[in-house]
Amino acid sequence: MSVTLVVNGKSHTVNVDPATPLLYVLRNDLGLQGPRFGCGLGQCGACTVLVKGVAIRSCIVPVSAVKDGITTLEGLAKDGKLHPVQQAWIDEQVPQCGFCQNGQIMTAKALLDKNPKPTDAQIREGMNRTLCRCMTYYRVQAAIKRVVKVIAADRPEAEKEVVA
Amino acid sequence: MTTFTKIPKQVEDVLENMGGTISRRDLLKSAGMLVVSFAAVGTSPVTPPASAQAPAAKSGPYPDPDFRQLDSWIVIHEDSSATFYVGKTDCGQGTGTSFRQMMSDELDVAYDKTTCIMGSTDITVDQGGSGGSTAMERDGWPMRRVAAEARRVLLEMGSARLGVPVGQLAVIAGAITVKGDPSRSVTYGELIGGKRFNVALTGNNINATTGVAAVKPVQELKIVGLSPQRYDIPPKVDGSLKWAVDVKLPGMVHARNVKPPVAGAKLVSIDESSVRGMPGLVKVVSKGNYVAVVCEREEQAINVAKKLKVNWEKPVAAPFPSSENLFNYMREVTPTSSAKQIVVGNPDNALADASKMIEADYEIPFQGHTAISPAHAMADPSNGQMTVYSNDMKSYGMRTGVAAFLGMPREKVRVVWMEGPQGYGRTAADDAGCEAAYLAKEIGRPVRVQWMRNEETAWDTKAPAFAVKIKGGLDAAGNLVALDYNARAADYNHVGYNEHDTVLIAQLMGIRRAKPAEGSAANPSEMYAIPHRRMATHVVSLPLVWETPLRTGNLRDPNGPQSTFASESFIDELAAAAKADPMEFRMKLLTASTTEDGGFRRARSIAALKAAADAYGWDHRSSPKPRGTGEILTGRGMAYAFRGQTVVAEIAEVEVNRRTGHVWVKRLVCAHDCGLVINPESLRHTIECAMLHSLSRTLHEEVQFDTEKVTSVDWNSHPTLTHADAPEKIDVVLVNGDPNPNRSDLPPYGAGEAACKPLLAAVANAIYDATGVRLRRIPFRAPRVLTALKAAQV
Repeated sequence: MSVTLVVNGKSHTVNVDPATPLLYVLRNDLGLQGPRFGCGLGQCGACTVLVKGVAIRSCIVPVSAVKDGITTLEGLAKDGKLHPVQQAWIDEQVPQCGFCQNGQIMTAKALLDKNPKPTDAQIREGMNRTLCRCMTYYRVQAAIKRVVKVIAADRPEAEKEVVA
Repeated sequence: MTTFTKIPKQVEDVLENMGGTISRRDLLKSAGMLVVSFAAVGTSPVTPPASAQAPAAKSGPYPDPDFRQLDSWIVIHEDSSATFYVGKTDCGQGTGTSFRQMMSDELDVAYDKTTCIMGSTDITVDQGGSGGSTAMERDGWPMRRVAAEARRVLLEMGSARLGVPVGQLAVIAGAITVKGDPSRSVTYGELIGGKRFNVALTGNNINATTGVAAVKPVQELKIVGLSPQRYDIPPKVDGSLKWAVDVKLPGMVHARNVKPPVAGAKLVSIDESSVRGMPGLVKVVSKGNYVAVVCEREEQAINVAKKLKVNWEKPVAAPFPSSENLFNYMREVTPTSSAKQIVVGNPDNALADASKMIEADYEIPFQGHTAISPAHAMADPSNGQMTVYSNDMKSYGMRTGVAAFLGMPREKVRVVWMEGPQGYGRTAADDAGCEAAYLAKEIGRPVRVQWMRNEETAWDTKAPAFAVKIKGGLDAAGNLVALDYNARAADYNHVGYNEHDTVLIAQLMGIRRAKPAEGSAANPSEMYAIPHRRMATHVVSLPLVWETPLRTGNLRDPNGPQSTFASESFIDELAAAAKADPMEFRMKLLTASTTEDGGFRRARSIAALKAAADAYGWDHRSSPKPRGTGEILTGRGMAYAFRGQTVVAEIAEVEVNRRTGHVWVKRLVCAHDCGLVINPESLRHTIECAMLHSLSRTLHEEVQFDTEKVTSVDWNSHPTLTHADAPEKIDVVLVNGDPNPNRSDLPPYGAGEAACKPLLAAVANAIYDATGVRLRRIPFRAPRVLTALKAAQV
């Protein structure tokens, strides 16, 4: 059966079983390698992609359940400039092996889009189901806090005003 | 038809286009440097089968690069940039960046004008890949020496070109200049860009490789000691890096294994009709108890593997006791081997005479690697050769193992190393590479093998379980006078390094080496001066020795976390019995007189303890502290150990919830002395993550099993550290406690594993400080902690 998907702003038509998990279509048919297989159970987050801004686990979502608005790690940079989350990951030198970092970055992006000023507790809660076996959690959290500062600095002055 | 398999473009790009214009393989070939070293097979642990022994020299397209040729290590390009070829792999600790720093420094080229190629067996010399925290400590030395030799040769060439003695020349960033006359200069690129050095090196083995030039004194190193950002991080963050999981080849197919449902089960029959007609099925492959399915597409292979009906026969005897009964079994069973005891003085008499004698039993369960990515590999059998694309941290060992397993000459086998999930020993005993190669040979097409999550968590190699009993005696003044350490490790048939007769597929096919590896337990690694002590270690075996999911292998700092959890917890118990501050109690044992180690490691141990105490702001008092009245009890604990020459002291600050039993390690401090530091920032990150890896083992990880199979098979049944567990603050202090800290030959010591060692005990000691409850069994999951708190009426 043919399925049409819009990924990172580009439309693709593939001929696959509609029950195929989105992850395998992204990786094997569209040649995208940001999302990765870690568990196939929706437990670890290595396969995370954004669908209309929401972080989902592509290893347990059938390709037929999503159509457009899919963003993968490769789609975060705009006009050759890394997304602030990606830049913060470099500035904080977050990865060890890096295998899970797709999930960390995509989950952090969705978290920050929804809540640009998360508290430490909200960061822990929002990131908690995204696993890293190199245990880079401390640096991931530091990088998210760095992005929060960057977002605040980039906001127009009027928005920054806090009325006491 | 070309002799060589077409490498995927992305790999080709990495291998061939590192700023130069000549092909790496062509360069080595034309230089005659791809020499066949079949005669040197004695250095390998594997005896090739008869079929592999017959062919003589030039028996395949992938002979070993010659480590005694400078061109095997360094290529200078026309623009004076350099590419370094090293026989290592990077498991995510940024070793590649550090290799570049060391070699750039010795060669005198700018760091950002260099690149580093690692771990592909046909184009990089065999330094064994990764393991044992040896990257800087051992393997960095030949890299530095060959880079120094290249600089020496280039200076001689520059001298001839400029007509000025070498002594009157200076080198800055790849440009040779006449001192006092900067208008007269020549660049490295102008001298040799794109051409060969043709300089022979010497050395009985690769670790001893050297030219004529000496390495620079530490004081002259300018790039070593800086913290350039890791070059591998941007492509990991923007999604452009090609990992071993990303390799695609024309005509490739996908395989999934079908594992025995019960340990030790025998295959009776396969009902192929159960999957006949399923989309994409290429073949069901089986030999002995090894079963795999091969399909055109990945999701098809997953579906077919699920549907395939296999008739298995359970073993008559239980393969192992359940994880609940493991430690009783280990204490009662007769050991398969016992190491020679280390005895100082007369520990039995001293214990009998002690004013106070205490003893304790510690239990550490099997713990798995449970890598974030299950095992995977791609194998290409084209043209009668075998190319394996793998994240194996010991790609060279895998090449030898695959060749022996398939009965192919080594020269027809190569392993192309690509990035993968953390190594930590799992990929030193990788399984997917041999499986992919076997299936590729069977099918005659490139095969990609990918293990599933439950398969990896159940069947990966495990760190052995330990049962440790320790007795200690204090004199009337509270001095430790006797220590009796007795450890048992369930480590029989410890899996080696990609060996053709121990890899899981070989075991399942019924291949058995004559004698299983004995395995080992471990002694404590501290420098305490104790007048009377005994250290005894034993290995025990579970009933099922082969084809077991409880097969042991190396896990980061093998045996160190287990033995140190016991020994450093016990030192704290002794300090508490003596009503002494645990830091001062240790310090007294370190400052007591001894001749051992010439004071070197001891002096550095003292420096590390002091640095940790200062960084934390250690309050000198005995443990436990007076118990608080609120829901959260807080405490601090410390532990120390060395690994090789690297000394580590760690302090943990905990919050224990007395209502739920939940433990949060709020703060961690590590004082770490590994001698010369190549990249401080990268080192700090590695140490942070090593501590958190051990924290995961402390709080969460345990392989659980009934008497048939492993039952902890995914992230729910086998929990790991999460974001919620991350400490609020981590401080890493890099210490140079060398008695002669400014020595010009200060060596780097290993750093990938040492920080794993003391953390478990530091947390246990902090929990004791907070609650007065001593936890002696890992892991400290909330229900276990709560039970212990309730039993002590906390």
